[in-house]
Amino acid sequence: VSAQSNPKVLVIIPAYNEQGAIGSVVQELRETLPEMPVLVIDDCSEDATVDVARQAGARVLMLPHHLGLGGCVQAGYKLAFELGYDYVIRIDGDGQHDPKFIPRMLDTLIKSGSEMVIGSRFVESSGQTTHFARAIGIRFFRAVLRPILGRPVHDPTSGFVGVNRSALGVFSKSFPLEYPEIEALVVLQRRAFRFEEVPCTMRKRKAGKSTITPLKSLYYIFHVLLGVFVNILKYEGRRRRR
Amino acid sequence: MDRLLGLVTIASLCLVGLVLYYVRRAHIRVEYSVSWFLAAVALLALASSRGALERLSAALGIEYAPVALLLVIVFVFSLVLFRLSIIISNLKDSNIALAQRVAILEFQIHSLHEAQQTPAGR
Repeated sequence: VSAQSNPKVLVIIPAYNEQGAIGSVVQELRETLPEMPVLVIDDCSEDATVDVARQAGARVLMLPHHLGLGGCVQAGYKLAFELGYDYVIRIDGDGQHDPKFIPRMLDTLIKSGSEMVIGSRFVESSGQTTHFARAIGIRFFRAVLRPILGRPVHDPTSGFVGVNRSALGVFSKSFPLEYPEIEALVVLQRRAFRFEEVPCTMRKRKAGKSTITPLKSLYYIFHVLLGVFVNILKYEGRRRRR
Repeated sequence: MDRLLGLVTIASLCLVGLVLYYVRRAHIRVEYSVSWFLAAVALLALASSRGALERLSAALGIEYAPVALLLVIVFVFSLVLFRLSIIISNLKDSNIALAQRVAILEFQIHSLHEAQQTPAGR
C-alpha cells in the first residue's frame, strides 16, 4: 500500500432506485467526513437517484444497464483500483449504515493490515436485532463459514465493508455477482487474506423497503451455499500466499 | 414402433431444415448451429436404423426399444442445453465486464471534461 501516512480513501455507495434516501446518505457522509470523496454507483436506476446523488455532492458512476448488486459494487472497485485508491469503504444507499463508524473501520484496516474489515452488528453485544428469518439465515451462514474461514464471522451478510488495495485488486478481477457479501469472504480466504470485524450499529432504512420475500430468502440460501462451495472448488492456479 | 421411428425421422429432418434456414438468415451463428446439427444427425441415424436401436436398447437393458430412443433424445438435447448454458454464462460475464468498462470510460471522459473546464485544473 502506498503512502500509508496519507492514504487515498474512497467511499462507494451502490444504489438502485434509491432517490428517497441517497441524498441524505451522501449529505451525512459529506458532513461527517468532508475530506472523503464519495462515489455513487448507479445500477441503471429508473428514478432520480443519479440527479439526487449529484445534487448532494457525490460523483456518480453510471452503469449502462442493470447488473445487480455484485456487478455494481465490482464496477466501483474496478474504478477505485484504476484510480489508485488505497482503501475503499462500501456503504449501502438506504441509510442503514452510519458513517461515524467509517474512521474506526479505516483505522482497523490500516493498523491490522487485514485486507477486509466488516462493520458488524453482532461482534459485541450491542442489543441489535434483525428480523427472524434473517437472524436464522445469519446463524446458518455463521455455522457454514466457520470451518471454511477457520475462524468465526459474526455478521457475514453485512454490506458495510472496507477493503485495502490488495483486496481491491482481487475483487476487480473476481467478485460474486449476486448476493456478494458471503461469497466475497470465501474469495478472500482462498487467497489466504485476512478480515476483521468492527462493532457498529445499523439503523432502519431511510426510504424504500426490502425486496426480500420468503421465496427469495430460500433462493438466497441455496444460491449463496452453491456460490460458497463453487468458490472453494474453483481452480485459479496455485494458491497464492502472502 | 415404426410410426415412432418415422416421426423421429421427420422431426430430425425438420430440425436440420430449421437450423439451415436460420443459419442462412444469420439468426444463428454457424458455431452455435453445430450442436443442433449433431443432435439432429444422431437422432436421424438412430431412427433410420431399427437394428441399431434394438442393439442399443438391449445394451442398456431396456426391453422396449422406443424407450431407449426417448432416453437418447433426452440425453442429446440435455447436452445441447448444457452447452448453451455455458455459452450464455460466458456471454453474461463478457456483458458485465463490457458494461463496467463503458461506465468507467464514460466516468473518466466526464472527469476529463470537468478538468478542462476548470481554469486552474484540478
